[in-house]
Amino acid sequence: MPITKAFTTEIDYVSILDEHGNFDAQLGSDLISNDELVQLYEQMLTSRRFDEVAFKLQRSGRMGTYPQNMGQEATSLGAAFALEPHDWLVPCYRENTGLFHRGLPMEYILLHWMGDERGNQIPRELFMTPLAIPIGTQMLHATGLAWASKYRGESNIACTFFGDGATSEGDFHEAMNFAANLDIPVIFFCQNNHWAISVPGHIQCSAPTVAQRGVAYGMDCVQCDGNDIFAVTKVVKDAAQRARDNNRPTFIEAVTYRLGDHTTADDARRYRDEEEVEMWKTRDPMIRMRDHLKSLNLWNDSKEAAATEKAETLVAEAVKRAEEIAEQPVSEIFDSMYNTIDDPEMIRQRQTMRTSSIGQDPTQVESTEQVN
Amino acid sequence: MSRVIEFRDALCEAMTEEMVRDERVFLMGEEVAEYDGAYKVSRGMLEQFGSRRVIDTPISESGFSGLGIGAAMHGLRPIIEFMSWSFSLVAADPILNNAPKMLYMSGGQFGCPIVFRGNDGAGGQLGSTHSWCVESLYANVPGLKMAIPAFPSDAKGLLKTAIRDDDPVFFLESERLLALKGEVDEDPELLIPFGTANIPREGTDCTLVSFGRPVHFCLEAAEELAGQNISCEVIDGRSIRPLDVPTITRSVRKTNACVVVDQSWPFASIASEVAATVSEQCFDDLDHPVVRVNSDDVPAPYAFDLEQEMLPNARKICQAVRTATYSS
Ligand SMILES: Cc1ncc(C[n+]2csc(CCOP(=O)(O)OP(=O)(O)O)c2C)c(N)n1
Ligand SMILES: [Mg+2]
Repeated sequence: MPITKAFTTEIDYVSILDEHGNFDAQLGSDLISNDELVQLYEQMLTSRRFDEVAFKLQRSGRMGTYPQNMGQEATSLGAAFALEPHDWLVPCYRENTGLFHRGLPMEYILLHWMGDERGNQIPRELFMTPLAIPIGTQMLHATGLAWASKYRGESNIACTFFGDGATSEGDFHEAMNFAANLDIPVIFFCQNNHWAISVPGHIQCSAPTVAQRGVAYGMDCVQCDGNDIFAVTKVVKDAAQRARDNNRPTFIEAVTYRLGDHTTADDARRYRDEEEVEMWKTRDPMIRMRDHLKSLNLWNDSKEAAATEKAETLVAEAVKRAEEIAEQPVSEIFDSMYNTIDDPEMIRQRQTMRTSSIGQDPTQVESTEQVN
Repeated sequence: MSRVIEFRDALCEAMTEEMVRDERVFLMGEEVAEYDGAYKVSRGMLEQFGSRRVIDTPISESGFSGLGIGAAMHGLRPIIEFMSWSFSLVAADPILNNAPKMLYMSGGQFGCPIVFRGNDGAGGQLGSTHSWCVESLYANVPGLKMAIPAFPSDAKGLLKTAIRDDDPVFFLESERLLALKGEVDEDPELLIPFGTANIPREGTDCTLVSFGRPVHFCLEAAEELAGQNISCEVIDGRSIRPLDVPTITRSVRKTNACVVVDQSWPFASIASEVAATVSEQCFDDLDHPVVRVNSDDVPAPYAFDLEQEMLPNARKICQAVRTATYSS
């Protein structure tokens, strides 16, 4: 018997506006209106400004570790734009632009990295979850959120963001397998920025594309230019349609690049070539978009100056709000531990601000008996 | 009205009643649907509720734990079954690092009303990797609640409470007890609040505090000791977090002696916690330091005799009581 093919596949690559300014009018025409395009550009500009300021805040000791988003703005922004306002955004930590687009006040992100948990107290109506620092866990939460929406007969779906490195975590594989086999309307959005701190992509994945990992789960998967807001918008819109109509998940690999360090605690010059960085700077999503706007006569230098000034003001105001927020009272340390608790020991801990030992709190015997 | 049913059916009734009562509740896990659960706890539930609410999953403990957390964050009330709590170890991140902290880390925005349940404990000759008693390991984590029934009636009442609870509950069932029969009330509002210990046997000379399956060893020991004129009071904690400290201390103030029996390993265990608390709160009432009976500090042996010897048993408990009451 001859050997036949059990299965063959191809992975689509979607690019609409490339770094040379080539625009595929057929694919790109109805995706983003001119007004929207201007707004999205301004949001990118603001996010880039936010990055600069956050970096300086860290360097001057006013903020803790911060992961810059620079170079990756088009990914989360395009996704947030393509989704409905009630679709879940389930981020890791490099999606500021998309979260701001959805309406998260910028000071939340600052507070988070300043070491204030109130930065995670995200208003429920924004349909987004707090930043997830343990790599990969949020993909399962997204799968569960989407599961719950489907169960409840709602139309909202979930989109979760993660890096190339995160695709090595078991949680990634479990989430993908679940979503595909149980028909869960979730979009897995991988921001392949080629690096996981100092570890290059080929240590995470030996296949020619990360996208093809979805094939193994029987899932639609696609690769796109992650620095092209049009391409991102298109693939997310298509994925959202598939999720809403048929409860099918999609795996998206958005090819992008981290122009900055991993975080402010990192110095990427130690492990990657300057030429590589320089090459990716020419593919910067923001420059590409600005040139496109100019070519459409939607933008000029004076608009750029005005938008830059506006971005500076917005960010400065957010910094002010974050820095001027009243300090969280220490008495809140036991808050939000449980939704319902009538355990005398927990009540005692709250009342006395002491955790466990009688040696710390001579009233312990008395108070537990009183409550009882 | 009550009738005699098995522990496993009490669990099944609890889930079934709560699923009838609340559309948000669903059961998910390995083999829970077609197979009725690895230990037949979910017998008939697929038929009654369909595959939308009784869901067989891929073998991915981390997967369904994390998915359940997401579903709980969006208003559902998942019951996540681990075939065995031993397998929850591969889901440590979602169950310990996400569920119990979600409310705290989101400043109260995202609650996590989820029940993780399944078989906990050794005694079935399943080998060490399948014989975990997770109570001491997991109870250390703030933000979760932990219940561990010893009797069918408590199994039902505590599980119903767990499902209605707004916080993550770790519900520990002993596979060794699943066939145990007992009176269970038919009242659909049979709810046993957490933090309320039960006293299945009253006594005057020594307080025996235990949780889950070893409560039965305590009762066995108490019976034997009664023949030697030592009267034991047996306290079944029923929940570990919260812990009903007042019931324990009240008893110790009466008996002036305390033995804690805990099926987890001795180091930093539930027994250690109870012993420390009793020592702090009843120092002047104790005639002897609190005595702890734990499983031996070794992996659960495979061989029957060795495993039995490793676990707390009536003989060890009798010896501990004699020590605590100076009657050896
Ligand atoms: C479970 C876990 N392991 C390790 C880390 C430490 N860590 C933080 S970011 C990171 C690299 C992540 O790379 P990638 O997923 O590609 O995301 P990127 O930062 O490039 O956007 C690592 C290893 C972590 N936060 N969580
Ligand atoms: Mg990366």
